[in-house]
This record gives sequence, C-alpha cells and structure tokens, in this order.
Amino acid sequence: MDEDRKATIQFSCPVPLGAKDEVLLGHGSGGKLSAELIRHLFLPAFQNPVLARLDDQAIVSVNGLRLAFTTDSFVVSPLFFPGGDIGSLAVYGTVNDLAMGGAQPLCLSAAFILEEGLPMDTLRQVVTSLRRAAAEIGVDVVTGDTKVVEKGKGDGLFINTSGLGLVPEGINLSANQARPGDRILLSGAIGEHGIAILAQREGLEFEGRVESDTAPLHTLVAAMLAGADLPSAIRCLRDPTRGGLSSALNEIASQSHVGMVIDERAIPVSEEVRGACELLGLDPLYVANEGKLLAIVEAYVAEKVLEVMRAHPQGRQAQIIGTVTESNPGWVSMRTALGTTRIVDMLAGDQLPRIC
Amino acid sequence: MRFIDEYRDQRIAQGLAAEIRQRVTRSWVLMEICGGQTHTLMRYGIDELLPPQVELVHGPGCPVCVTPLEMVDKAIEIASRPGVAFVSYGDMLRVPGSRSDLFHVKAGGGDVRVVYSPLDALKIARAHPERQVVFFGIGFETTAPANAMAVWHARREGLRNFSMLVSHVLVPPAIRLLLGSPHNRVQGFIAPGHVCTVMGYREYEALSYDFRVPIVVGGFEPLDLLEAIAMLVAQLEDGRAEAENQYVRSVTYPGNRSAQRIMEEVFEVGDRKWRGIGFIPHSGLRLRPEFAAHDAEKVFDLGALSAEEPVECISAQVLQGLRKPVDCPAFGRRCTPETPLGAPMVSAEGACAAYYQYRRHVATS
Repeated sequence: MDEDRKATIQFSCPVPLGAKDEVLLGHGSGGKLSAELIRHLFLPAFQNPVLARLDDQAIVSVNGLRLAFTTDSFVVSPLFFPGGDIGSLAVYGTVNDLAMGGAQPLCLSAAFILEEGLPMDTLRQVVTSLRRAAAEIGVDVVTGDTKVVEKGKGDGLFINTSGLGLVPEGINLSANQARPGDRILLSGAIGEHGIAILAQREGLEFEGRVESDTAPLHTLVAAMLAGADLPSAIRCLRDPTRGGLSSALNEIASQSHVGMVIDERAIPVSEEVRGACELLGLDPLYVANEGKLLAIVEAYVAEKVLEVMRAHPQGRQAQIIGTVTESNPGWVSMRTALGTTRIVDMLAGDQLPRIC
Repeated sequence: MRFIDEYRDQRIAQGLAAEIRQRVTRSWVLMEICGGQTHTLMRYGIDELLPPQVELVHGPGCPVCVTPLEMVDKAIEIASRPGVAFVSYGDMLRVPGSRSDLFHVKAGGGDVRVVYSPLDALKIARAHPERQVVFFGIGFETTAPANAMAVWHARREGLRNFSMLVSHVLVPPAIRLLLGSPHNRVQGFIAPGHVCTVMGYREYEALSYDFRVPIVVGGFEPLDLLEAIAMLVAQLEDGRAEAENQYVRSVTYPGNRSAQRIMEEVFEVGDRKWRGIGFIPHSGLRLRPEFAAHDAEKVFDLGALSAEEPVECISAQVLQGLRKPVDCPAFGRRCTPETPLGAPMVSAEGACAAYYQYRRHVATS
C-alpha cells in the first residue's frame, strides 16, 4: 500500500457516505447531503468541541476575550443579480455568520480566486461593491489573497471571506439551546434571494421584479439583544441561507433535541415570490435568503423582541411563526393553511445550485 | 394571491369535508391517478380531513416513477458519450438506473443539462452545432405536445444534431389495466386534470362505461381534490358510474385540439413498459418513422439493454394502489430520497417521496 493511499484511509469516514463515491452538486446545497458530508467526513477529520457545536461561527476564548471566527466562500452565478452582487454578498454573508453568534464584527479577510480572462472591469466593480459594503458596516478588510486559475478551471470569480468578531459579555447563543416552550421568530419575508438569482439566471420575468434580500443583520441582532430583558432570553439565532427556512429549523431542532411546530399562515412570503414558486414548482420554505434571521427566544420576551425587530429596518415584517415543543424531537411540523399538519423536512439535494 | 388562495380556503375545505362525512355510509377506495394530485394531498394533509371510510390510494401518474429502468440506463449510456449534451427535466437526474444516475454522469464530466421546456433543448442544439443534443422526452399526454413541437421544429429546421429519447406513456391504458386486474380494489378514480386539459375526457367516459366505475376529472389545489372526492362519494353512494368534470376551469370535453394534432403528427401509439408495472399494450407514444432522424434510439446504437428492479422495492404494488409506501419494509430506512431504491422515492410527485416528505409522522406514530 503506498503512502498516499494510507493517508486517504486515515481520513476516510467511519461511516460510508452511502453510495456517493463522488462529490455531487447536492453536497453544497445546505440540505441533507451537505449535513451528511459534514457529519461523516469533516467532523471526524477535524474533531474538536468548538467545531462540534456546528454553529455558523466558532467562539474561542483568548485572554478572557470571546472571539467569534467564521469563514464563507461565495460562488454565486451570476456575479451580479437584482438587489446585490458577489462582492456585497461576501461581506454580508460573513458578517451575518458573526452576528448569529451575537458578535460585533471587527475585521474581515478577502481571498479572490480569479479565472484567466475575467474582464478587469468586472473585478473592479466587485471589489468596489465589497469595499462599500465593508465601509457601510464599519469593518476593514485587513488581509487577503489572490490566485488565478487557467481559463475554464473556474467560473469567472470566487471569493472567500473570513471574519473576526467580539462577543459581548453575557451573550451565549447556540443552536443547541432551544427549549420546549420557546417561541420561533422570523425577521421577514422568505425566498427573495433564491428567486432573484433564479429569475436572473434563467431569464425569467415575473410580474413585479424580485430583488435579493442581501443585507447585513448585525445591527438588528444588537437591537434584539439589547431589547430582551436578559440577553440570555434569546437562545439561538440562525440566518436561513442555503436550504432556506426548513434547513435552519431542522438544524436547530436536531442540535437541541427538540420538536418544532410552525404555522404556515404566519410565515411572510411576498406575492412575487409566492407567484414565482407556484409557477416553478418550488417551495419557499426551501428557497435561500441572505438578509433574514430566525430567533429562538424564551416565550416571555417573544412579544417584546418582536416589537424591537419590527422597529428595525431589517425586521419590519417580523413574525412569531411557531413554538418549540418537547414532543417529536428532531422534527419540524407545520400547521397548514387548511388546518392540517405536515412535516417540514430538510431538502435532500438542492432546488437551485450556486446561489451564494 | 388571486386564483390560488381561493382554492386553499380553510372554511370551504372544512365545508366540503363535512359534506363528504355526511354523505358517506360505507367504505370506499378511491385513487388519484396523477402524482401532482398525490403531492397536494400529502402536502396539505387532506387525509386528516376525510372520514375513515374514505381511503385514498395513489396511482401510477408520476412520469418520473414509471419511466422504465432500461430507459434510464439508455439515457445514462447516451449522456456518458463524448460530444453529447444530454438535456432533461430536473427530476430525471436523480432517478437511479441499474448502476448509476444522471447526476453521477454529470459529476463524472458528462454534459448533462436541466431545462424547463424541450424548446430550450432546441435552443442548445442551434447554439452548439458541434454537439449532439439529446432531450429526454418523458411524461404523459401533458408533456407530449411540447415534446412533439420540439421534434417538429427540429425536422423543419433540419437540425441534424437534435434528437429525443422518447419514453411517453398514456393514462387510459393504465387505468384499463388496473381495473381489469383481479386484485383491483379501486372503486372510483380522480382523473388527471392536466392530461385531460390536453386530451379532454372522452376516453374516461368510455372507461367509466366499460367498467361501471365513477371517474371525476380533478384539479390540483386542495379544494379541487376535496370537491372531486365529494363528487365521487356522491356517485358511489347513489350507485352512479359516470365521467364528470370537476376541473371545469381548465378541462373541456374534447380537450385541446391543436395540442392533439401536433401529437398525432409526430407520435404514434405503441406498446410501452412501465416501471413497476410491466408491459402495457398501446400505452405509449413513439416517434413516427418520418421523424427517425430525431429518434435518439435510432441515432445512437444502444444495443439491447435490459434491467431488473431491486427485489426489495414494492413500487409495482404502490403504483397500482395495492399497498401504501409505508407498508414497505425499506421505507424511510434503506429507501429515502437521498438513497432511493425505486423511482417513487425520487420525484416530488412520487407517492413514496410525498409520504416521506410530508406524512412520515403519520407513518411512524
């Protein structure tokens, strides 16, 4: 047995990856295949308690300071879409991952993988947008990297950003903290990012243009944490990006070993997104968002946190959409508009590829 | 949203459910033919609204599910060849063939593309004369007119690099087979509204007459289905056996004559194998000889491919309404949408996948 093969075996997963002997697009979907890949390949390879929490960011203590650290890669196609572009998305996506840990963003890195032949003007536009987004938030891009791959070996431009943030005293958010009786809050209408990308990519035109909801959420989070009587009354925050609302809810239900019941009629969806989803056979619960958050909060502060959210520009359409239950741990179910109940499962593969 | 919310109104739904409860005096077994209807029933939990006497079983109307294994293998064989761009509706990519699926062909470097319309496949053929563009033409009478139109255009334009792998099936011969079976339990059918939008419902009138069975053409929204069920229960309780139309906002008795004409011009009726069911005489469409230059089975030398279903999969019985997905020992365990053993677990319209996605709590509780 040669050395390479030995190394492969050491890093092979303890449980086989089903029949999947190759990486499929679905492994990047944020649905079940992604979860399986993380659980069976990455977690065993890198095992440590911080990673095992599977939050959107790692919280590490350094000399008494609690630092939040996160990284995200952006491969969205097309690079420019209604409501945003890959540059601003690369900033907001990483800042939002920090914000979901309650962290104030401190600084960012940006690494660019460029394909030979990419027009310099395109790169300039993306960098300008990235700079503007960072300036708007008040964080600097303090380090970076550039690589160029041969024509045909990339798709124009990929960006990776990492972010460092500071978690204030007394704040401890994690997806494993949802408890029966807690309320589930959603900051606004779902599905806008995914539909905007799809419409742009496929050249679909709907009545009423759908724009991506790409937006930074750190000030909304700060307002919510300040507005709750005790910051600890907010148990968990998640931004439902790839895999949509369903994936985020299922992840929390699974990590906290609780059930969830949500109410279909309470979930805000714009007419345009609903129409597009009806037409294309998509379910808005599975469509990506880039400027929305889910909050699991103790029941007694739910109304108060809702009020704070609605007073913030990013949370005007916030709603209480459901309750955490003791029964059916790991399952999310939904009261339908007809008054019946159904499961809201995680998606197996992907409804749409390369949306962020 | 207009034209959507009206058909999902809770109050009206409960009114229809109450009407069904009042009407029913004994047990009835009803089948919805179309996978789209199965999906709606599961997604909206309509079984929760029905009295226990009304049992719904799910029919063979999921085109992805009934596409035979050999045909999936042929698709994989063609898509794996160099110089080919294989174009399909998205659902077909995950359907397991006997050894692989189209997603794996794509992951292995094959040029496999997803479109919403066969006319998009034509565009790809026009834009890439150097590639052999093959469209996977599957489905019932609903998708047949658009697929026929694509082949018709290809012939008119002399597009030599466009062909279609045709695996079209027809609904009425399958209903005839189910009704003729000594194992049949179904006493009333909800006929597929989209198929009847194209074909009308003359053929269903004949079925209803021949087998003394009520058939109601139904739509796809929750209230459409509840109304169709109420109409079937009323017929059964009255001892009537008629073909009725619930989906009047879309379906007419003669159907869409233009769509039927293009189908007749391009396709002819032939025998067809259905996955999970087997050969049904005169139950499919194939390209007429004058379109042979666009027939992928003639353009590509594929040899004789034959394949067997995994023994564990009970899709044959599920697709005939003899057993429920949850009766399968593999359901939700060895057979899930990520690792499907059979086609009904693949497509969103497949009965097994619909159960798995929306009603698993009923299965496990």
